[in-house]
Amino acid sequence: MSARYAPGATVRVARDRPAISLGRQHIRTPHYVRGLAGTVAEVMGPFRNPEGLAVGEDGLPEQVLYRVRFPLRSVWDQYDGDPSDTVDVELYEHWLEPAHAA
Amino acid sequence: MPHDGPHHHGHDHAPDDPSFGSRAALGARALRELLEEAGVLAPGEVARQVERMDTITPALGAKVVARAWTDPDFKARLLADGSAAVREFGVEMGTTPLYVVENTESVHNMIVCTLCSCYPKPLLGIPPDWYKSFEYRSRAVREPRAVLAEFGVRLPDGVAVRVHDSTADLRYLVLPRRPEGTEGWDEARLAGLVTRDCMIGTAVPSA
Repeated sequence: MSARYAPGATVRVARDRPAISLGRQHIRTPHYVRGLAGTVAEVMGPFRNPEGLAVGEDGLPEQVLYRVRFPLRSVWDQYDGDPSDTVDVELYEHWLEPAHAA
Repeated sequence: MPHDGPHHHGHDHAPDDPSFGSRAALGARALRELLEEAGVLAPGEVARQVERMDTITPALGAKVVARAWTDPDFKARLLADGSAAVREFGVEMGTTPLYVVENTESVHNMIVCTLCSCYPKPLLGIPPDWYKSFEYRSRAVREPRAVLAEFGVRLPDGVAVRVHDSTADLRYLVLPRRPEGTEGWDEARLAGLVTRDCMIGTAVPSA
């Protein structure tokens, strides 16, 4: 399984918020980075999709897992730490879309 | 509040009444018994797993860190493939690979799981209660420097904080910097400097 994004690529996290009417969803994409652009720090390879595993399915097809880095200043409007502070979040490929560097 | 006499309503509880915590424990027991009846779990399997987990302490992780400080080849293996490297210590990470992040003179790493409480249990044992608290999980990504300050960690200027949100399949270990003044120390003595919090990134070792 080949990864769609390479280290250094700018990606945007889907802003998706599945409807409550679909029932309780098991999603590993934290709300605080949805819709934000970050940089691929590392490609971790394929893993079974926890959104399926959590409900008794096989989690296939596998999804490539990335470690995506976000400047904390871009995550929080009033972040008052150092501008170089970052958060790395593990995200699966189906949550990412290509983006241009800010 | 405790009182004498029988209950007349549903809101007043003696101290040993089933509150949420004990009701959850009862639910877990009921589920375990059903799984044993169905043959999914062997009798005693959960208890044995709990016992096994209780034998794992952060001292194991400290040995790994001390080895990395004294053996550059091991350190390279640990950073390249954490799961394979800790297997040299008899640690099996299973389906959740160990990912090791190294503190340097310009980067301080700090681990949190904002969604639940993911933690490298095969290496460090059971996480501390604060790691699972709503407060730590929300503030570690929102104001990591304030959290670090409360843990007594003050980073020099020019050191970036790199928070790792353990949201999915990886489990993280911080490889702290070896303190100054420990030249010539052997692994056992070095391991004594490495506390649990040093490996979560909410402390730094000192000699």
